[in-house]
Amino acid sequence: MESLTSISSTALYTAFVLYLIATGFFGATIRDKRTTDGKSGITGTIAITLTIVGFIAQLVYFITRWIAGGHAPVSNMFEFVTFLGMSLVLAFIIIYFIYRLSVLGLFALPISLLIIAYASMFPSEVSPLVPSLQSNWLFIHVITVSLSQGVLAVSFVAGLIYLIIQVNQKERTKKTTWLEFILFSLIIALGFVIVTTTFNTMDYEATFELEENGNVIEKTYHLPAIAGPKGGTLISEDRMTPLFNAPEWMQGEDAPRKFNTLVWSILSGVILYGLIRLVLRKRIGAFIQPFLKNISPNLVDEITYRAVAIGFPLFTLGGLIFAAIWAQIAWDRFWGWDPKEVWALITWFFYAAFLHLRLSRGWHGEKSAWLAVIGFAIIMFNIIVVNLVLAGLHSYA
Amino acid sequence: MDKIKCECGHVNPEGTVLCESCGKPVAANQHIDGNDKSKLLNMRYEGSARRSQTYNRSIVDKTWNFFSSVKVGVMLIVIALIASGLGTIYPQEMYIPQEAENRDPAVFYEDWYGITGKIYYQLGFHDLYSSWWYMIVIALIGVSLVICSIDRFVPLRRALKMQKPKRHNTFLTRQRLFNETEKVSKAEKEALVAGLRKKRYKITEEDGNILAEKNRFSRWGPYVNHIGLIIILLAALLRTTPLLFLDDTVWVREGETKVIPSTEGEFYIENEKFVVEEYDFNDPEDAKFKDAIESRGTTVHKNYQTDAIIYEAKGKQVAGQEPELEEVTKGSIQMNKPLKFSGYTLYQSSYQENDFANMTFFVYKTDDEDRESLGEITIDLTDPKDEYELDNGIRLKINNYYADYELVNGEPRSVSNYPRNPAFVFNVFPPDSDESEISFVGIGKNIDATGENEYKLGIQGFNMLYASGLTVRRDYTLPFFIVGAAIFMIGVIQGMYWQHRRIWINPHNDGIILAAHTNKNWFGIKKDIEYAIKDTNIQMVIDQEELEEEKERERESKEG
Ligand code: HEM
Repeated sequence: MESLTSISSTALYTAFVLYLIATGFFGATIRDKRTTDGKSGITGTIAITLTIVGFIAQLVYFITRWIAGGHAPVSNMFEFVTFLGMSLVLAFIIIYFIYRLSVLGLFALPISLLIIAYASMFPSEVSPLVPSLQSNWLFIHVITVSLSQGVLAVSFVAGLIYLIIQVNQKERTKKTTWLEFILFSLIIALGFVIVTTTFNTMDYEATFELEENGNVIEKTYHLPAIAGPKGGTLISEDRMTPLFNAPEWMQGEDAPRKFNTLVWSILSGVILYGLIRLVLRKRIGAFIQPFLKNISPNLVDEITYRAVAIGFPLFTLGGLIFAAIWAQIAWDRFWGWDPKEVWALITWFFYAAFLHLRLSRGWHGEKSAWLAVIGFAIIMFNIIVVNLVLAGLHSYA
Repeated sequence: MDKIKCECGHVNPEGTVLCESCGKPVAANQHIDGNDKSKLLNMRYEGSARRSQTYNRSIVDKTWNFFSSVKVGVMLIVIALIASGLGTIYPQEMYIPQEAENRDPAVFYEDWYGITGKIYYQLGFHDLYSSWWYMIVIALIGVSLVICSIDRFVPLRRALKMQKPKRHNTFLTRQRLFNETEKVSKAEKEALVAGLRKKRYKITEEDGNILAEKNRFSRWGPYVNHIGLIIILLAALLRTTPLLFLDDTVWVREGETKVIPSTEGEFYIENEKFVVEEYDFNDPEDAKFKDAIESRGTTVHKNYQTDAIIYEAKGKQVAGQEPELEEVTKGSIQMNKPLKFSGYTLYQSSYQENDFANMTFFVYKTDDEDRESLGEITIDLTDPKDEYELDNGIRLKINNYYADYELVNGEPRSVSNYPRNPAFVFNVFPPDSDESEISFVGIGKNIDATGENEYKLGIQGFNMLYASGLTVRRDYTLPFFIVGAAIFMIGVIQGMYWQHRRIWINPHNDGIILAAHTNKNWFGIKKDIEYAIKDTNIQMVIDQEELEEEKERERESKEG
């Protein structure tokens, strides 16, 4: 068992590194003079091959972990989010072979890397299943949802590329600001990963003592506390004292700690973004735009739509139908207005609106691209905020 | 109705935009689909006469037009989406956490979330999804779906049946994909048709005019999927009737046999045993979870299970008389493994551990400081005997038994029949004696009324009894939901993964006019045409929309 688990984590690590290298090759395709229209030459072939090998490595991770744990590894935040990253890579590979657009990889893989890195911030032990999770329908449900979200993430990637190509960067407008905001959000995610990894490798711990319902309890932070728990006294030595306290209205388990992590992420994101701007001396969008000038916006728009066309039915199946079947068997009701369920419904409504607007009201191109971005934001909200803050029955954390 | 006769001789219904037969634009109706403002024709509904675009006089017309607009449909969807989101800000009423001091919504929301919680409650958001306005939004989506579908389905079907291979010149030139080739030989034309046949197009020919068409059925996809949605909405409505949907709960303690509520006394359940299991990483099977369990620091439940027997009451049921029971089925009910019988389903939903199964007492001498046991008895609280005898000859007679003891107005009472706080009044008979002393024993109580007792009783131990909470369901609406969901999926796939593609080939002088339309995936149809003309010198169709866009962009960049 031990060895299987370690094979599993090595495989995941390998996949991560391969995706990272593949990203570099996809980046090189842009400058590859032999390629036009962003399509692949030899560099592109190397890049996609590396991606596929990386995917196979991740598949090895998935299967060995499944065998070691005795259940499909999609049962806690770490496993679920990792699988989402893997789904995105799979969806990208499929779309790549339909459209052969290398630049897609340049954006899809880093996002997948961010997702996998984010996953690794959660406890990664093989965990036991509580009775309500002991169902094959759970696995069928989660795997399908995850695949659909991977495909929908590709629509986001394509939408983002479309916007970078098409938004006029000559002057600062609302559009350029929003586009920068999207890129900034990705940088925040990067900031989160960097900060957390740094302090994790340092084994940083700061413990607070506070009173809750008449009991003295301890809360441990793994990042220096910028925002401390209200009413808490720092008991670890040589640790930074909080600059302020987390707002009182934040309820729920470990809310102050999560808030502190958020503060750190935003702070590091701002610094990173500032540094990048300082080096580039222009908006990031404006910097990337010229590199993408050979790419047909219509093709990218088509990919946005195609990804939604694949992702939407898959999401309906996994996120609503299979979810309902599982809920019916596990909790005697197929629908219970649990926050997770509601947000699945919202996601579904949103993509239905996307399709209606596109088909019946001609929302193509840029409008469609903005919608694809919003759709992905909703998906991420469902995975991060709903899981960690609005916790319901499905809460993994 | 004012019918419109086209120059091709076809008579079109009022409101037609493009002649059903030849496609020639009907001059007076070009504003309807915005054709007057664009170079290309809007082919969305084949230019058919939709009621919503034709009449706008009576209130019925206006209502119809309102609901058949996709814009309104999307607005309703967006409203539902935002409203749904609001309901997740704070937990819904049914998800108020167990640990809340006061679970009354009127108190809870303000208690936990302060002023915003209070507002949340006062706006009724704590029970948002069954509020009248939320239901109305959902119902309006249903209405919009139905009207929108009917409005388009009927004329669209008519138009698609009617189409002729020969099309009016204006119709062809104003298609998005269009080109003209000056000289085309017969062989080339045949090669083109053969190529299209190979791509599985159905070919219709009339006086040298050719229509190549495929996948028309995909046009019905949206209508099919909307029918699925309507079935789901109707099923949700049906669910509110007790006839088709029944939902109840029953608590059965271990060893107890109880009538299953909502079955009209027909079925009984016996709880043989209730089991709670935890993961134990010392067990080789669970050893792989050691790290996870240790880092979590709490135990993790593995199984909740009720071993149950279901009985059916036989014969006439007489009030006050125990019915004769016949076993129907037997099995264990676990989470994710409900038990089914005669249309009912029993789900494991919760458990409690607040009843006593049995208590063990021991007797000792009042003046013995070490409280050395002179003997023990165990009383089965579900079925206490009248009298017990200890090994050394002491007899205990139960004078009074309070299953759920409480002092009510100074009087000892049992407030329920469940052994939740058992207490006894014993008559204690020393060996070989007919004279007894009275002793009162319960949890945390040990009273000697006279203060002169020779013997005293102590509680040695007790066992608790689990009560299993089961949900009883009978749901005849499930098949409707299943059928609705299946139809929805079929419709979505039908409309999404096939596209209705048409290619018109009309002779023009010595050459041909080639025009094509698809309802989506223009890349796909272009590839088909490229394939079919590859061995001819027929000109590839030009994407007039892309052309326009490119011109637009050039103009912009020159100006900018
Ligand atoms: C609010 C009322 C609704 C109206 C008025 C409406 C109307 C329409 C119309 C007119 C079409 C396009 C038909 C065509 O042009 O060929 C369509 C397509 C579609 N509708 Fe609806 N619809 C409604 C609600 C919904 C809902 C709630 C869903 C599911 C969440 C949904 C899912 C779809 C799908 C999947 C398509 C096919 C889109 C495609 O093929 O790209 N509709 N709807």
